[in-house]
Amino acid sequence: MSELETHPSPAPDEYTARTHDEEAATHAEEALEGRPFEMRAATKGLFGELLSDKTGLFASVFLIAVVLVAIFAPLVAPYGPTEGNLSSSNISPFWKSDGTWSHVLGTDQQGYDMLSRLIYGLRTSLLIGFAVVAVAGTFGVLMGLLSGYKGGRTDRILMGWVDVQVAFPGLLLALIMIAILGGSVRTVILVLSFNGWMVYARMTRGVVLSLKERPFVEAAEVIGCKPRRVVLTHILPNLVSSLSTLAVLEFARILLAEATLSFLGLGIQYPEVSLGLVANNGRDYLFSAPRFIIIPGIVLSLLVLNVNFVASWLRVLFDPQEREKRFAANATSSTTPGATT
Amino acid sequence: MGRYLAGRLLQGLAVIFGVTVVVFVITRLVGDPVDFILPLSASTEQRARLRTDLGFDRSIASQFWSFLGDAVHLDFGNSTFYRNQGTLSVVWAFLPKTLELVAAGMLLAFIVSIALGTLAALKPGKITDKILVVLSLGGLATPQFFLCQVLLLYTSVEFNLVQFGPGPWTHLIMPSIALALPAIGRLSMVVRSAMIDELNTQYVKAARAKGIARWRIVFIHALRNAAIPFVTLFGWELIRALAGVTVVVENVFNWPGLGNLAITAIKERDFFLIQTIVLVVAVMVVVINIAIDFIYRFVDPRVKLS
Repeated sequence: MSELETHPSPAPDEYTARTHDEEAATHAEEALEGRPFEMRAATKGLFGELLSDKTGLFASVFLIAVVLVAIFAPLVAPYGPTEGNLSSSNISPFWKSDGTWSHVLGTDQQGYDMLSRLIYGLRTSLLIGFAVVAVAGTFGVLMGLLSGYKGGRTDRILMGWVDVQVAFPGLLLALIMIAILGGSVRTVILVLSFNGWMVYARMTRGVVLSLKERPFVEAAEVIGCKPRRVVLTHILPNLVSSLSTLAVLEFARILLAEATLSFLGLGIQYPEVSLGLVANNGRDYLFSAPRFIIIPGIVLSLLVLNVNFVASWLRVLFDPQEREKRFAANATSSTTPGATT
Repeated sequence: MGRYLAGRLLQGLAVIFGVTVVVFVITRLVGDPVDFILPLSASTEQRARLRTDLGFDRSIASQFWSFLGDAVHLDFGNSTFYRNQGTLSVVWAFLPKTLELVAAGMLLAFIVSIALGTLAALKPGKITDKILVVLSLGGLATPQFFLCQVLLLYTSVEFNLVQFGPGPWTHLIMPSIALALPAIGRLSMVVRSAMIDELNTQYVKAARAKGIARWRIVFIHALRNAAIPFVTLFGWELIRALAGVTVVVENVFNWPGLGNLAITAIKERDFFLIQTIVLVVAVMVVVINIAIDFIYRFVDPRVKLS
């Protein structure tokens, strides 16, 4: 994009103005797309791989659909998450004899429509998942880059910090922090990020350490790139494959963590709604109306399962060794996919 | 060796100190719990007096300093919810129940995951293996609280399988299964892939060529080597169970342990009790972490602790 900015100021006449625009556009396209043939080959490989992995394909389609539903929740959901009153409470879902189609999954004790609450809950849960992965991932990767590239004392201090935090795994601490700071979406995001950035830092540091000695990094240093440039434009792109798999796995973990906190009544609070909170609201009616627990539980399980499938597909996609292993496994049918963890 | 142990102990102290500071600062940041402790009818002076008594009128640093001073004498303050009881003795009263649950659950996870993982690894790709892999994937994706509720629903009521209530040990069955299942899902996959690798090694082939019985190869030779990755992950599961998962299981099954105590303490804003619970859990976590390292060395003599 910097190519666009460095071009000379407005052209004198109409013709040059247009060609100038064209030139700038091709320039920008090249800058964005890089080497088109390799790009095309890579994307072709990506889709080929996706099509050959039926589970991965199904999981991706499922997740895309879920994300779309979450984004367009106000359009998709038949009612608002807290719309309704006691006069419409306890309506049965459609499969019961007295159920109606106006409330497909029925309503809860408050008269809120179950399906709408699930859709809005999905929205909050996914939002928290994405936000935590973004915040924790950015911070963790930065710390990892710093630690791995600087080495020495910085490395020792940062990794000491990571070790201390890793040694005490989060749920109890997260529970206390969120409960005391108050269970808003923002605190949940902050606390879960605080509890989860260490994995990224460790992985990034490991990759940076092995890349630092490679010729292309040394070459960049020799021709006088500043450390920032070496790290951001030469080292960082090589982290994409391992980081994206990790991020997807972490996303699944965050979904479960948020749901657990909200289920205990210490995470997301009314009037906001998340999948865990929907399950929490159903706790008191476990024996009289188990669907209040079972429906959100199944939705959450399906979500996490599919995220895991996508993660395993990504790992195969990015890791030639893993791909070879799977190929060998298919040829001899000695191991099944997903078994390499 | 001694130096290694000293290093680990130092790191353990850092963990305990770090966790304590974080909890201390956070609880003090949000304001004092005096309004939670006293009834609505309490006068302003009474509130002010309690505030001074509990030290909430001083700066966080000065409060922390006196907390450390008392902690050296194993005095962690009095609980504000369980009136006039030292927090340590409250925690002490609830701790055995949690240890009982975690011990039962993790023992179950240990036995079942080794058995299932080995079973799956004996004939990889065959139907038993496939079923186990699918089950474990499903188990990994299921949130623990959902699992607990389903177990509660379908075992206690629908099928009337388990009698709840007092009993010598039967009350332990459901909560420990709930605690163990996700761990079994993860651990059995570790055992499975480690065992598949081991059973394909040269020494196993050599042993079989010599005519050693198959069960002996599997259980005595291969399993011991497969235990190396298992130990680390089992320790990790144990820590997870102690410092988190029990909270969920105890909450659903109404188990009178540390997890439920933590939730009570949080809801009642009993800062001193929260502090002590976290401290005790942190000490246990540190001890387990160090123990794992030593067990690791015992399982794999090639590992040098340095």
